[in-house]
Parts: sequence; C-alpha cells; structure tokens
Amino acid sequence: MAHKTPSIHFELTDGSLRTVPAKAGVSLMRHALDNGIPGIPADCGGDCACATCHVHVDPGWFSQLPETTQQESDLLDIVDDLCDVSRLSCQIVVTEDMDGLTVKIPEFYV
Amino acid sequence: MNIAANDLLAEHTQRARQMRVEDIDVVDGALYQDGTWMPYFERLRAEDPVHYFENGRFGPNWAITKFEDIMEVEKDWRLFSSDVDWGGVLIWQKAPENRLRSLISSDPPSHSVKRKAVQTVVHPRRLQQMDQLVRERTIKLIEDLPLNETFNWVEKVSIPLTTLTLATIFGFPMEHRHLLTHWSEVAFADLLGDCDTIKTEEDRAVELNKCLETFLELRAERRRTGETDDLLSILTHSEAYRDVDDKELLGNLITLIVGGNETTRNTMSGSVLFLNQFPEEARKLRQNPDLINSMVCESIRFQSPILAFRRTATRDTVLRGKQIKQGDRLVLWYVSGNRDSEIIENPDQFIIDRDDPRKHVSFGGGVHRCVGNRVAEMQLRILWEELLKHDLQVEVVGEPRRPYNLFVHGYTDLPVQVRSLAG
Repeated sequence: MAHKTPSIHFELTDGSLRTVPAKAGVSLMRHALDNGIPGIPADCGGDCACATCHVHVDPGWFSQLPETTQQESDLLDIVDDLCDVSRLSCQIVVTEDMDGLTVKIPEFYV
Repeated sequence: MNIAANDLLAEHTQRARQMRVEDIDVVDGALYQDGTWMPYFERLRAEDPVHYFENGRFGPNWAITKFEDIMEVEKDWRLFSSDVDWGGVLIWQKAPENRLRSLISSDPPSHSVKRKAVQTVVHPRRLQQMDQLVRERTIKLIEDLPLNETFNWVEKVSIPLTTLTLATIFGFPMEHRHLLTHWSEVAFADLLGDCDTIKTEEDRAVELNKCLETFLELRAERRRTGETDDLLSILTHSEAYRDVDDKELLGNLITLIVGGNETTRNTMSGSVLFLNQFPEEARKLRQNPDLINSMVCESIRFQSPILAFRRTATRDTVLRGKQIKQGDRLVLWYVSGNRDSEIIENPDQFIIDRDDPRKHVSFGGGVHRCVGNRVAEMQLRILWEELLKHDLQVEVVGEPRRPYNLFVHGYTDLPVQVRSLAG
C-alpha cells in the first residue's frame, strides 16, 4: 500500500491553501522559501536574527510544537500582526509527526 | 583607484602586517576617510577577532570583527545592552547627563513598543504606495542630469533623492527638507575632521536644539490637525512617543533622521563606485536587470554605511575565549563582519549575483535590526531601475572623497559623468 506523502499547509493571505511536501529535518521557513510561498522574506536566512519569517500556527498544532526559545520570543515582541499562536518559522524544524501542520502567513510582507 | 590611493593602501597593508597585533587601533577616523581600514581588520579577524585596545581615542573597548560574533552579541540584548543607562550604542562614552535616550538606545520592553510604533510608517504596504512617488521623483531627477559633464553624484543625486523620501516619511515640510540633511550631518560630524558647519560641541548643541525646536512646533501643529500615516504623526499621537521629554524626542529624531538619510545616501553613491570598480558586474547588470535586487543588497554589504555600533556587557562573560568584564564596551564593526571570508565567499569582491545576497551585517540583527531596511532597498532599487531604463551609464571620473568619521561610512564627493547609451 502506498504511503501518503506527509505534507504541510500554508494558508495565504487571500485565504487560499498551498500544500507542500514535508521534509523532516528541514525548517518550516525553508519549506516556504523552497516552494515560493509569498510573505516570508526570511532576511537573515534562518539565524533567528530578523523576525521576517513570522507565521500564525493553527491553534490545534501550536501546543504540539517545540517551545519558543527566549531569543525567538524577543523577536516576536517586535513583529506586527503578533497573536497567541505566533512563531518564527525558521525555528520550527519539521519532524515526521508534523504531517498536516497548518500555518497562516501574516499580511506584513505580502 | 589612482596611484596615490594605491600607494597609501599598500603602505597600510604592509604596516598592518608588520605591527604587533595588540597595537592595532581601528578607532581612527582616518582609516575610513582614506579607505585603508581593510588590512587591519583582515589581520584582526585572522589573529585576534575579539580585540581589546586600551588606549584608543575613546578609551578602552573591544573590537568585535567576525560576522558570527557580531550576530551573537546583537542577539543577546540581556547580556550586551544598548540602553543609555549602560552607555548607549555609540563608540564614545558620554556622561550620563549628556546621553540621549531613543528607540535604538533602549532595551526591551520599552524598545519593543517604540519600535513597533515606527514600524507602521515603513510597513511594506505603505512602501508599495510610496513606490510611484519615489519613482516619479527619481525619473525627474535623472532626466535633468547633465550629460558628459563632470558633477558630484553625492550632491546632485544621492542627497536630493534620499532627502525627498525622508521628508515624505516624516511628513516634514518639503520646502525645508534640506534641514533634515543638515541635522543629519551635524549630529555625527567628527570635530577632528574638516567640518564646514560646526567647529565645537557648543555649535552642535545649538544646531540640534534648532532641530528640537522645529519639531516641537511641528508637533504642536499636528496635535491640532489629527493623525496621519507619517512619522511626525507617530511622534505626536502614539502612546509610545507622545509623552517623551524633549531630550528623548531629540534622541529619537536624530536616530530616525540619520537612520533614514546617511545609510541610503551613502549606499547610493557606493553602488555607483562599485559598479565602476567592477566593470564585469556592471555588464552583468545591464544584460540582466533582474539582478538589481541582489545588486542592491550587495551594495549595502560592500558599503557597510554604518561602520559600527556599540554594546555594553551587563555582566562578566566570555566571548571567543576572551574574558569580558561587566561594563566593558564592545564595538560591533559591521564593516569588518561584512568582509569575513568564513561566512562570505570572496568578501572583497563586489559580486551582484550572490546566492544569498541578504547575508550581511549592515542592518545588524536581533531586536535592533534596522527598521527601515525596506525603505533603503526600495530607493536604491528604483534608482537603478530607472538608470537602466533610461540607458544611462554613470562613469566615475575622479577620486571619491570620504568624511573623517567613526560612525557613518560614506562620501562627500563622487565626481562622475553620465553618458547616454541610447541610439
């Protein structure tokens, strides 16, 4: 029986959904860049130094992700569109059990 | 580069290699005025990347010269403070009563509130709205440039364009916009250099007080007219700024004026110079204008328009094996981090199609990362889009002149001739 490829969903600002194949060990930010998801400029390249890869995580998924570090939370304090489920996508490394992870792209950089 | 400039660089390269590494002093405005800083930092990065120098112009401080160390310090604001209570972000140490608090010289949480208020003015959506205006002004300016005639690019292009944008972002009266440029120069003019406008600290205080007075008046007017989408409105109406005292208002004004002016202006001049120094890159750009965006980023890296910012250690710590004491000053030399070959391949080459053109430290990192970076990139992008569309080539025809300064890395003169490649 063929396995369904694990995938990640990005909800764009126009409400549409983009589904991309999930790669374990790769950051969520990298998934967005490699698949041309708009609104994630990721200026610093994944160094947790710029806050330009901000996403809103689906509330159901938010609590299942590894905790936010202090460095990440410092940067979240300066983003626009901050909400209870805000994360920097460069700090979320996709794992095999994240099949179906859904995040929303904030409007800022779109 | 002419022969004299080449000789001078060769002399400094030899000197930098032969002197004792512990004697290297990079807090010397002449290095940046003469363009001879490179070999000293090259040696420091290789042999003493976290470099203590005791007897410099502004007293003892650490020179942080490697890309990764700079980012590490930038990201840890609890350990390496920007706050005026620790001394602020400038290399020199001022007496507490002479320090001006601003968004850049505050730590979180008060910094976050001040920064987010400013961020609304440079929101990408707002910049999209400004694109057309900046483009129209750019077109008008370059269409009026003389052809085949020597003029100073700094004066005729870089200053006017950035001043127009800054006045718009501030909501400052257009007819007085030259004052913004003036205050920007006065704020950080080095009195050891040849400065025409001010000779003493008293002169500086008088000029900056005029800046404060002007903005106090503008603010009083704005209180009557209600909110708009410019900086003046934020400084007048936002919770973050409306109740700050005069000193803090001036601190913020200087930060925002200099941040919005010197950096972009000097990169505009730098981009012209670099494309002349690396003609193969200019050819690439002309063949493929899609490279403008990455060329802009590369110019910002190569110029490093702000030489350095400082942090102060809030407790004893160790950085790259060096014992840092509480209260020590750390100077983050962006100009050096941007030439770190461990992070950037062939860092002394200007290469407009790098894979990762945003990989530079010119904008800093962490919570104080440049808030106006998109405004800078937009102005540079539009200038080059229009120069290429108009088929204009800017040829550097004389030696650039730079100011004697330890903060702003720029140009006072860049003699050029503009040629039309059309027809």
